[in-house]
Amino acid sequence: MKILVAVKRVIDYNVQIRVKEDGSGVVTDNVKMSTNPPDDNAVEEAVKIKESGKAKEIIAVTVGEEKAQETVRKALAVGADRGILVKAPCTIEPLAVAKILQKIVEKEKPDLVFMGKQAIDDDCNQTGQMLAAILNWPQATFASKIDVKENVLEVTREVDEGLETIEVKIPSIVTCDLRLNEPRYASLPNIMKAKKKPLEQIDASELGIDIKPRIEQIKVEEPPKRKAGIKVSSVEELVQKLKNEAKVI
Amino acid sequence: MSVLLIAEHNNKEVKPFTLNAITAASQINDDLHVLVIGKNADPVAKSLSEVPNVKKVIHVDNDIYENYIAENYTPVILKQAENYSHIVCSANTFGKNLMPRIAALLDTSQVSDIIKVISEDTFLRPIYAGNAFATVKSTDKKKCVTIRPTSFDPAPTSGGSAEIVKGENTNPSQNTKFIKKEEIKSDRPELGTARIVISGGRGMQSGENFKLITAIADKLNAAIGASRAAVDAGYITNDHQVGQTGKVVVPDLYIAVGISGAIQHLAGMKESKVIVAINKDGEAPIFSVADYGLEADLFDALPKFLEELNKLNTIQK
Repeated sequence: MKILVAVKRVIDYNVQIRVKEDGSGVVTDNVKMSTNPPDDNAVEEAVKIKESGKAKEIIAVTVGEEKAQETVRKALAVGADRGILVKAPCTIEPLAVAKILQKIVEKEKPDLVFMGKQAIDDDCNQTGQMLAAILNWPQATFASKIDVKENVLEVTREVDEGLETIEVKIPSIVTCDLRLNEPRYASLPNIMKAKKKPLEQIDASELGIDIKPRIEQIKVEEPPKRKAGIKVSSVEELVQKLKNEAKVI
Repeated sequence: MSVLLIAEHNNKEVKPFTLNAITAASQINDDLHVLVIGKNADPVAKSLSEVPNVKKVIHVDNDIYENYIAENYTPVILKQAENYSHIVCSANTFGKNLMPRIAALLDTSQVSDIIKVISEDTFLRPIYAGNAFATVKSTDKKKCVTIRPTSFDPAPTSGGSAEIVKGENTNPSQNTKFIKKEEIKSDRPELGTARIVISGGRGMQSGENFKLITAIADKLNAAIGASRAAVDAGYITNDHQVGQTGKVVVPDLYIAVGISGAIQHLAGMKESKVIVAINKDGEAPIFSVADYGLEADLFDALPKFLEELNKLNTIQK
């Protein structure tokens, strides 16, 4: 079995986002970037399945600018076998990413495609479901447990009411929740080895698809600031304020 | 043209978030139609027909629609889609799972998780877990939009009398099978929708010490949250995690205990109406978003807090 894992390079989750003064977006120059957190879970799960003997090859793919290959290298360092960077301009919408991934799927013919449930930059939560739709494959979103069985996956999904279990036929798309597993760290020797693993570069413009944005970003602004609060001197005062001033208890 | 909203329900009752989504949908265009896909879901169709904002209910009923399988819902929605300019639903796990599948097949770039309707094609949505707001304009002919339920009031549920029409069935997917749903049975409200949330951070020092938080949560009928640091330290399971990589919550009251206020945590709770911070480090960043800050050792403050709550004659539930 072959698993394709899609990863995205985003601003690190510990970085305080700064909005550009001209309202055109957020500051990304000299900002720490890393792999989108749930994409790490997707890579980890693929590696685990390979370690259990149920998968033979893991391909890590990303779509983005030249530097996005760091994210693929990281996936290679934790156990992916080879990588693909599809070079594309910075602003690329989930629908376009899904169309690019469709081309990669047609070429590589994986049995499974894994990715994080949502990217923590645009917070869209769309790409996996869109890819499943255009491939006409089943989708198992927000996965917190994956059992690989004969020709099917049994997937436990994190839903609002609790947990839902579904069975999807292979080939299928799985989007991963943070609860799925505990991503490992790459060891230094593995980081070195990853540098020698093959990483193919493709230009998105060669794929013959329309990736132009359909959504116009008019402006990006800071959310309204909270007005400054007060310090209370005792628990008694706190409870009185909550009861009589804020009226929330 | 009109707006089509996909209802979420359990075949007996409409889920509350659908009512919030109805409010937003009727701000896009007041000719709002609601699609109910279910099994023996007549009571759902009937109750939605009584929502004054709803102009028409389309009801598609079959045994195969008992559970939400996006692969089964999608073709039903696509059959209806040609009559509408917008397809919308709530941006909870229901809508997040379903809408992109519809959008992709309509070749539409979806607008996710809107918090404000500016015009028929322009919306406000949070990005970077609410650390920035983006105003976006959809240029697609047909628009697919999901709505953050907590940003809109629920629509009134009585006084309307929309017509209910039957819609067409389609064939079920052979590739996806529902196995089971385990609803978390808890006397406590759900973290995502609770009116009050009390969260503990690394300052709790152990999982055992979370009992101090549990006691107050019991008293206030609050949900229990945690920072990523507390989850990573193993004090509590990660379904309690509030933050950019956990759940985003907007309760009326959020009480942060022993939480320093890392960016990733603030992203998940700073839209709460009233924020209380209890921390012994007066310089902790959590105080910058707190309406009421108490600089104190939580091991003294929490038992006292419970004591004070016990003295109150009434507590809102």
